[in-house]
Amino acid sequence: MNKFISVLVLLCLPVFAQAAGGGHNEYLVPAPINMDDKVSLQRGMQIFMNNCIGCHSAQYMRYERAATDLEIPAEIMKANLMFTTDKIGETMHSAIPRDLAKKWFGTIPPDLTLVARVRGADWVYSYLTNFYLDESRPWGVNNHIFPDVGMPHVLSNMEEELGEDKFEEAMADLTNYMVYMAEPIRAERERIGVYVLIFLAILFIPVYFLNREYWKDVH
Amino acid sequence: MSMFQNLMGWVDARFPATKMFEDHMSKYYAPKNFNVWYFFGSLAMLVLVNQLLTGIWLTMLYNPSGEGAFMSVELNMMRDVEYGWLLRYLHSTGASAFFVVVYLHMFRGMMYGSYRAPRELVWIFGMTIYLALMAEGFMGYLLPWGQMSYWGAQVIISLFGAIPVVGDALTEWIRGDYLISGITLNRFFALHVVALPIVILALVVLHIIALHEVGSNNPDGIEIKKLKDENGVPLDGIPFHPYYSVHDLVGVVVFLFVFLTIVFFFPDGGGYFLEKPNFEPANPLKTPDHIAPVWYFTPFYAILRAVPDKLLGVVAMGASIAILFVLPWLDRSPVKSIRYKGWISKIMLALFVVFFIILGVCGVKSPDVHVEFLPFEMTYRVLGQIGTVFYFAYFILMPFWTSKETCKPVPERVRMTH
Repeated sequence: MNKFISVLVLLCLPVFAQAAGGGHNEYLVPAPINMDDKVSLQRGMQIFMNNCIGCHSAQYMRYERAATDLEIPAEIMKANLMFTTDKIGETMHSAIPRDLAKKWFGTIPPDLTLVARVRGADWVYSYLTNFYLDESRPWGVNNHIFPDVGMPHVLSNMEEELGEDKFEEAMADLTNYMVYMAEPIRAERERIGVYVLIFLAILFIPVYFLNREYWKDVH
Repeated sequence: MSMFQNLMGWVDARFPATKMFEDHMSKYYAPKNFNVWYFFGSLAMLVLVNQLLTGIWLTMLYNPSGEGAFMSVELNMMRDVEYGWLLRYLHSTGASAFFVVVYLHMFRGMMYGSYRAPRELVWIFGMTIYLALMAEGFMGYLLPWGQMSYWGAQVIISLFGAIPVVGDALTEWIRGDYLISGITLNRFFALHVVALPIVILALVVLHIIALHEVGSNNPDGIEIKKLKDENGVPLDGIPFHPYYSVHDLVGVVVFLFVFLTIVFFFPDGGGYFLEKPNFEPANPLKTPDHIAPVWYFTPFYAILRAVPDKLLGVVAMGASIAILFVLPWLDRSPVKSIRYKGWISKIMLALFVVFFIILGVCGVKSPDVHVEFLPFEMTYRVLGQIGTVFYFAYFILMPFWTSKETCKPVPERVRMTH
């Protein structure tokens, strides 16, 4: 009976897997994410601070935390990456006043701290690389991933300057940074997790033999 | 006499410490044939302790207000406070783990007839714990104040509005406002961190006292107290401590390995333990595209949606939980364990598991979507309706097949299977 039940439960697993998958967009591509690539994360943060923070905030993230985690010296951070405050302990606010943003874009640009956890890294990367010209839209552009998006193609100059391949690399860096920003502890928790599991695997040995020692005479 | 014995003598003259330890541990005789299914009771206790301890520390970091809740979770807990993220993930993963072990624990009871006389009260106390746990999980889910927290609570609280006459007044009374607001958050916080934990702890004590009074059932469904040696010790019994304490330790380590793998490597649980829209702060003006309750409620949510009428849907959902309470009186089989029951019981129990999982999937999916894993066309609404019919048929028809089917003879003594 036990085996029978176990098999049944296993048979049901694909049902769960199937249930987890949502609708598919042909433009959705996997994002090349690497939390250990500090240089990529630094480049990503640079792009974020130069292009995104003007309109979008990242109000759950402090500059100081990013400086520490991404190994950016405080002076360099203050001089080159902080445009909305001079206090490194501050969270990342946007430059644009909320009422003005509402007037310009018809909506307040969303906070981006956690967008990589709301939408997923692949969505963010695909969104950034999938703007196309569309005369019917107010800004003359549309997006395959987010149809009729309210945001103009802020990075169009960058796309023209760099060419397609280099632009995709830059967007990979930006996505990488946004995944980091959504959960700064991610790399560290996975590092600690390995030691935790190694400890448990070792602990299993004495626990297993202790149990066997007590139970060897029970029949 | 050693100093320890002196001390224990002093205590025992004033408080039954040694007697309690003997009654519940070293001289509590459990059947010696427990199998892997018997780990989940002690694991439920472990998860309860995890929830209480991490919960106390999270309470220190949390700001229970509409303006500050999301910020305190995502900025203070997850980033500012050292290891705040670990406390939070242990607690959020712990909530799902609690339901996993409790569902397996309940299934064990259904499989081996652990709810049968004289253990009806053990089952009823257990079911009450489950009910309190659902309330605890529901209220806790509002606290991060994300989009799914808000709209999930909105859907569930609005169910009370289906009750005739008093419905609207009742929902207002529960929310403390015309819509879910910081006021609702504050009262859910109070209930989640004070009221319900006290209720759950008290019920766990009752559950265990009742269990230790009648003694544990076992995979063979044999009463070990029927055959005792000259000292009154059951022949098939074994002292809980040290035998099962060291045995459960193995289960604890294996469980922690799986649990902490999720905590450290997959804390979102694939979007089921922490739902994606919940990383967006609650916004009363923006309804998410698809509102799904957390996975452990989805079978009952599917039953709610299976009925086209709102009030009758609420009644069906209530009945689906209420009927579990009377399970001890629905099973009329002469034997307890599935091992000795007839083939109808075996097939029905297996189908029950399959349909419970299917109902869970139906609760996640939009009702109008076609079922992907079936070779023919069917919407999740229809599948949920079939599942609901089977769910109730299982319980309502149980008295008939259990009293009619032929069972195998039950042996005198338990069999060792591990």
